[in-house]
Amino acid sequence: MEAFVDFFSFQDPNVRLVVLGMLFISLSSSLVGSFAFLQKKSLVGDAVAHSLLPGIAIAFMISGSKNPWVLILGALISGWVSILIMDFLTKRSKIKTDTSIALVLSVMFGLGILLLTHIQHSDFGNQSGLDKFLFGKAASLTLIDIQAFGLVTAVIVVLVGVFYREFKLLSFNYEFAQAIGMPVKALSFLMNTLLVLAITTGIQAVGVVLMAALLIAPAAAAKIWTYSLSKMILIAMGFALFSSLLGSFVSYTYINMPTGPWIVVILTFFTVMSLLFAPKRGVFSRMKMQRLNSLKINSENILKTLYHLEEGKETLFEWHKVDQILEKRAFNKVTLKNTLRLLSQKRWIVLGDQKVKLSRAGEIEARRVVRLHRLWEMYLTKRLNFKSDHIHSNAETIEHIITPEIELELIKELGAPKMDPHSSEIPYAD
Amino acid sequence: MVGDAISHAVLPGIVLAFLFSGSRDSITVLIGAMILGVLASVLIEVIHKKARLQEDAAIGVTFTWLFAIGVILITLFSRQIDLDQDCVLYGEIAYVPLDLWFLESGVNLGPRALWIAGGLFILVVIFVIIGYKGLQITSFNEEFAVSVGISAMVWHYLLMGMVSAVTVASFEAVGAILVVALLVGPAASAYLISKRLPTMLALTIAFGILSSVSGYYLAKYLEGSIAGAIATMTGVWFTISLILSKIKKPRQMAGLE
Repeated sequence: MEAFVDFFSFQDPNVRLVVLGMLFISLSSSLVGSFAFLQKKSLVGDAVAHSLLPGIAIAFMISGSKNPWVLILGALISGWVSILIMDFLTKRSKIKTDTSIALVLSVMFGLGILLLTHIQHSDFGNQSGLDKFLFGKAASLTLIDIQAFGLVTAVIVVLVGVFYREFKLLSFNYEFAQAIGMPVKALSFLMNTLLVLAITTGIQAVGVVLMAALLIAPAAAAKIWTYSLSKMILIAMGFALFSSLLGSFVSYTYINMPTGPWIVVILTFFTVMSLLFAPKRGVFSRMKMQRLNSLKINSENILKTLYHLEEGKETLFEWHKVDQILEKRAFNKVTLKNTLRLLSQKRWIVLGDQKVKLSRAGEIEARRVVRLHRLWEMYLTKRLNFKSDHIHSNAETIEHIITPEIELELIKELGAPKMDPHSSEIPYAD
Repeated sequence: MVGDAISHAVLPGIVLAFLFSGSRDSITVLIGAMILGVLASVLIEVIHKKARLQEDAAIGVTFTWLFAIGVILITLFSRQIDLDQDCVLYGEIAYVPLDLWFLESGVNLGPRALWIAGGLFILVVIFVIIGYKGLQITSFNEEFAVSVGISAMVWHYLLMGMVSAVTVASFEAVGAILVVALLVGPAASAYLISKRLPTMLALTIAFGILSSVSGYYLAKYLEGSIAGAIATMTGVWFTISLILSKIKKPRQMAGLE
């Protein structure tokens, strides 16, 4: 608790620096990452992160300084070169996208390591601090770093703000953007530059390997919550900010705990939770919806079968054995038992010992299903010229989907026919 | 790219195997890493298919997450484990000759890593020879393979298991990222200039050996990391093969006319 207060009161100047730095980084990377994610460029981001190393090493070898701006420039150039190579390989050779990504990633990284070790073993003076770009040192950010991060973040935010509409169109429909005369090449260039910039700052905090998570995970978590891009970006930023704060807190509280990995673990936790529990598109709500759907279909099929059993008989609402239903239509025994119980709870059927009968409400519902089935069969034969022996299975599925509005349309369109194509009576509501 | 993901994802497996066995005993570590490698490819599959996350993002999220867990585990148990991030990322092949394998009787069998790599090489060769047909069919036409009753899934996971094994064995020597260069580079170079699978396999091996040997001398010349130099050389050989394939193409076109 004490640590909690210590941390969140931001009294400690070091804490202030770290939090501020992570704030900038999570903002810029989740913003740029959202677009990269939508363009399916998550792994390109990973490759770029690895490819920055040779640029950083060469910039240091040429200038001999560790000024962040010089190193960022070197990183920017080599990040750009890597994007160009990947583009070239995918478009101009028979190498597939993922192979070209893996190849560029590993070769550029290898080159970077070779140069870094070369620097280590020769007289380039003090080179400690370059490995910050390898593993990230969120806990030891300096004021100059923070200023650089702040400026980069500001540039990214402003440019994305200005070109928001263009970027949006480019991410969702590249061909269309091209067709209406947008300067797609220039815009892609700009967007890629922003991506490289965000990665360049990000790797200093979380390192080369984990950078990809900072780009993708917030967007992946956010996308499932909304259909609007602006909301998605805001949610992604929220996830990223919160995880950075929490991750920094963990590494502050426990001595020696690395900040970057904790941020990534927390971020991934949010992503997985979102994928599982998000309403509508989450795994669990989809499973629930599937169950409800199959329940509806099974109930309607049972009601329909009961209706068929009564059809053409003088007396209505008779008891039928459960086995009689199974003779008419194949059901899984357990499903049948469960669905029957549900139907009796809804008072659509009365359940006896191994026997059932329709209630008045159940009969109305059963008539509705049979009516939709037969109306649709009529529509298929009359309007779409289907043969009468080809229509049943199609109607079997569509009867569960047709809404009351479509039903009215169908009746109007067909002129309320009395019989279906198989000369069975179409049961209308009384 | 799945190979890259696996090479990062095996980290927690290695750390946990270290913890349980309490030693650098390579067999335990190999098994731990292989389990994590297969688990990673299963996770990617599940997140992609069941949670419907696009595949590139599923890969990215899975391996960064596992790698982060690995790093955290290393820091948590840093006293018990003699492992560090540098070694994980780019290894140090120069130390391999120092880690010798002594039998209980004291007989010196030479570098331990050499035995592991050699054993694995034989294992991979046997796997490829026995599974040649299955690997060939599932690599070229998965739908056809499934239609003639070959389980594409079994072959997929067998292959991924092999990838994990190779990755782990190379871990100490070349590290997680550079092993990817060796997995992808020679194969991609061979793929560009060959039309048949046997030719491609032979060329792949040739490119692999070329990269290692030339990389070693490059590193010696620059006094740099051997693994980094080998990865760089796979890139150089790939470029040469790319140029070769570009030169060859126009001539073939001319021949057709």
